[in-house]
Amino acid sequence: MTTRPDPIPGAADGDPAPRRRIFRRGPWENAATGLIALGVIMLMQPFSIELYSWSFATTLAGTVMFIVVSKFPE
Amino acid sequence: MNDTSTVRRLATRAAEATPPPVVARVGGLGDRAIAWLFIAPTIVLLLAINIFPLIWTIYLSFTNFRANRPNAAVEWLGTRWYTSILTDPDIWAAMQVTARFVVATIVIQTVLGFLLAVLIDKKFRGHGFWTTLILLPMMLSPAVVGNFWTFLFQPQIGLFNYAVSFVTGLPPSSFQMLGDVSLAPWAIAIVDTWMWTPYVMLICLAGLRSIPDYIYEAAEVDRASKWRQFWSITLPMALPFIMLAVLFRGIENFKMFDMVNLLTGGGPGSTTEVASISLKREAFEKWRTGYSSAFAIILFVTVFGLANIYVKALNRVKQR
Repeated sequence: MTTRPDPIPGAADGDPAPRRRIFRRGPWENAATGLIALGVIMLMQPFSIELYSWSFATTLAGTVMFIVVSKFPE
Repeated sequence: MNDTSTVRRLATRAAEATPPPVVARVGGLGDRAIAWLFIAPTIVLLLAINIFPLIWTIYLSFTNFRANRPNAAVEWLGTRWYTSILTDPDIWAAMQVTARFVVATIVIQTVLGFLLAVLIDKKFRGHGFWTTLILLPMMLSPAVVGNFWTFLFQPQIGLFNYAVSFVTGLPPSSFQMLGDVSLAPWAIAIVDTWMWTPYVMLICLAGLRSIPDYIYEAAEVDRASKWRQFWSITLPMALPFIMLAVLFRGIENFKMFDMVNLLTGGGPGSTTEVASISLKREAFEKWRTGYSSAFAIILFVTVFGLANIYVKALNRVKQR
C-alpha cells in the first residue's frame, strides 16, 4: 500500500510539488537577513581587514537575495 | 442653500469653463489612464530627484570623474575605487568610529528610553506635561541642537562644564568636551542621546500600551510579583517594539552627519570622524568624486540592507 504525501498549501490537488516546499519566503528571508547582518558586522568589526574587504560583497549578496526571496510565496 | 447644491453649482461652472479641446482629450481616457495622468508628475519628479542621481552615482563610482574638473576626460576604471575603499585602513577606522558611536548610543538610548516609557506608562499627576517636556528635544532641528550644545560645552562659559564641576568638584575650564580626544566621542553620544531618547521612549510606550490589561490581571490572580510580571509579560511583549527602535536608531546613527559636523567636524584628529564625515571630505574637500561615489554606494547598500531588516521587523510588529 502506498501513502499519499500531505497536500501542500497552494499546490494543485494530487501534485505534491516539492519545489514549493524549498522556495518558501520565511526561511529564505531569514537567511538573507542573516547575510545582511553578517555583512554589516564585517564592515564595522575592528579585528580583521580581510573580513572588512569582503563585507560589501556579503551585504550586497544579502540585499539582492532579500529582494529576490521577498517575491517567493509564503 | 445647502453645501451639496453649492458644490454641484461649482462643479458645473468648472465643467463649463473647461476648454472643449481638453474635454475631448480627457473624455476619451479610461479610469486607469486618468489615474496614470494624475500620478505621472510625482513619478517624473521621483525619477528626476531620486532614481536618476542614484544611477548617475553608480556610473560615476566606476570612473575617475572629479566635480571640480568637469571638462576633463572621464576614464572608466571598473571596480578600482571599490577595491581601494575596501582595503583602505583609514576608511576601515572611520567605520569602527561609526560602529562605536552606533553601539554606544543605541545601548544608552534603548535602556533610558525603555525606562522612561515604563515610568510614563504609569498614570500619575501631570504625566501629560512631563511627556511633552521629554519629547521637546526630538522636535528641534539638529542644526539648532548642534549649535546650542556647542555653547553648552564651552570650557569657559558652558553650562555643561559648570554642572559637571558642581557634581565632581573639578574646575569648569579644566576639561574640554569637544577638544579632548577621549571626551569628544562621548560629547556627541550625550547630545544624540539627549535628542533621540524621547523617540525610543515613544516607540517603547506604543509597545507597552499594546499589552492587554487582562494578562496582568491573570498574573495578579496567579500572585505573580511585579518583578515577575515585568520579566515574563512586559519585556517579552514589548521586545518587538524595542527591536524596531534599535533598528531605526541604528540606521539613523549609521548615516549621522549633521550633529558630528556641527560639534566636532570629525576632530580632534580623527577621533570622531564617522563614515559620513570621511565621505564629505573625499567628495567636497579632496574632490575625488568617483571615489566618494563608490564610498556612497557602499554606505547606501549597507543602509538599504538594514532598511530591509527594518521593514521585516515592522511587518512582524504589525502582525501582532
